[in-house]
Amino acid sequence: MSITKKKEAFKETLKYAFMQTLPVLFGYVFMGMAFGILLEKAGYNFIWAFFISLIIYAGSMQFVLIGMLGGGMGLLSMIVLTLSVQSRHIFYGLSFIEKFKAMGKWGWYMIFSLTDETYSLLCGMSIPKELNQKQVFFAVAALDQSYWIIGCTLGAVIGSFIGFDTTGIDFAMTALFVVIFIEQWYSYQSHLPALVGMVCGVASLVIFGAGAFILPALIASVCLLLVFKNSIKQGENQEVCQ
Amino acid sequence: MSADFIIPFYVILVVAACTFLTRFLPFALFGGGKEVPALVKTLGDLLPPAVIAILVVYCLKGVDLMAAPHGFPEFIAVAIVALLHIWKRNNLLSIGGGTLLYMVLIQVVFS
Repeated sequence: MSITKKKEAFKETLKYAFMQTLPVLFGYVFMGMAFGILLEKAGYNFIWAFFISLIIYAGSMQFVLIGMLGGGMGLLSMIVLTLSVQSRHIFYGLSFIEKFKAMGKWGWYMIFSLTDETYSLLCGMSIPKELNQKQVFFAVAALDQSYWIIGCTLGAVIGSFIGFDTTGIDFAMTALFVVIFIEQWYSYQSHLPALVGMVCGVASLVIFGAGAFILPALIASVCLLLVFKNSIKQGENQEVCQ
Repeated sequence: MSADFIIPFYVILVVAACTFLTRFLPFALFGGGKEVPALVKTLGDLLPPAVIAILVVYCLKGVDLMAAPHGFPEFIAVAIVALLHIWKRNNLLSIGGGTLLYMVLIQVVFS
């Protein structure tokens, strides 16, 4: 392929990927800004926001991270908490094993950047024949992360200029998880997993106190879910995409 | 270098490594075309709603029911977020509206 043709194809790929990622653009920039503002309020400037969104790149986990940055949580608790919050990602990758493998070294970035939103975009796209599928995949993943980095960094910059009283703005994180909770409540046939989590969370909080409740709550939930797994009706819970 | 830099840096690296691990695990374990164990599938299916419920509790863990205002701002705002979301299913409206209400509640109403 000549250089001009290559340039043309690159432009077409980028244009297609950009159109596909538009819904994520708005979602990521706004949620990223909320994260950036909270992070700034917790005492970490935009350089931290940039660094975190560059190397972690995970929505809900980054919000949880803000509370962990000051230290005080043990290494084991940090690992178990992160693995649990991110456990759903294990299942996203299963749909793309062959495709990402075929992408060679670019496949590593695809694995790293497989967020909920990128996963659903990659699943839903019907890529035009004239475009290179691997390039489109990579462009979509990279554009999504760039929106997230821009949102997070911008939020932290804006956060440092906000003149009004921002007390209580950290409730955005609570609201985010309440929204995810409701979305999952609708998409799951059985409400038992959500209720198990709720009961274990509250019980563990009462027994172990605010500083140490999360690990026992997670372990108790895993055990109860394994006990109840046969009585939970499993249906269309996990989208399978091919 | 000061602890103000080292501790958050260390926490970020741990979280980044664990996050990447969850994304890399399916490729490491099942890249050779092996079957995914039923137990792993089941947990991946059932764990997410339980974790989110625990995270809601995590967000509210600092609320003191014994001292004024007895958790009223938190519970009112959570209820409004839930109602807004059930009504419109719009993330920005539910999160933005609920957060604004909470800020007014603790800065003005219950201050």
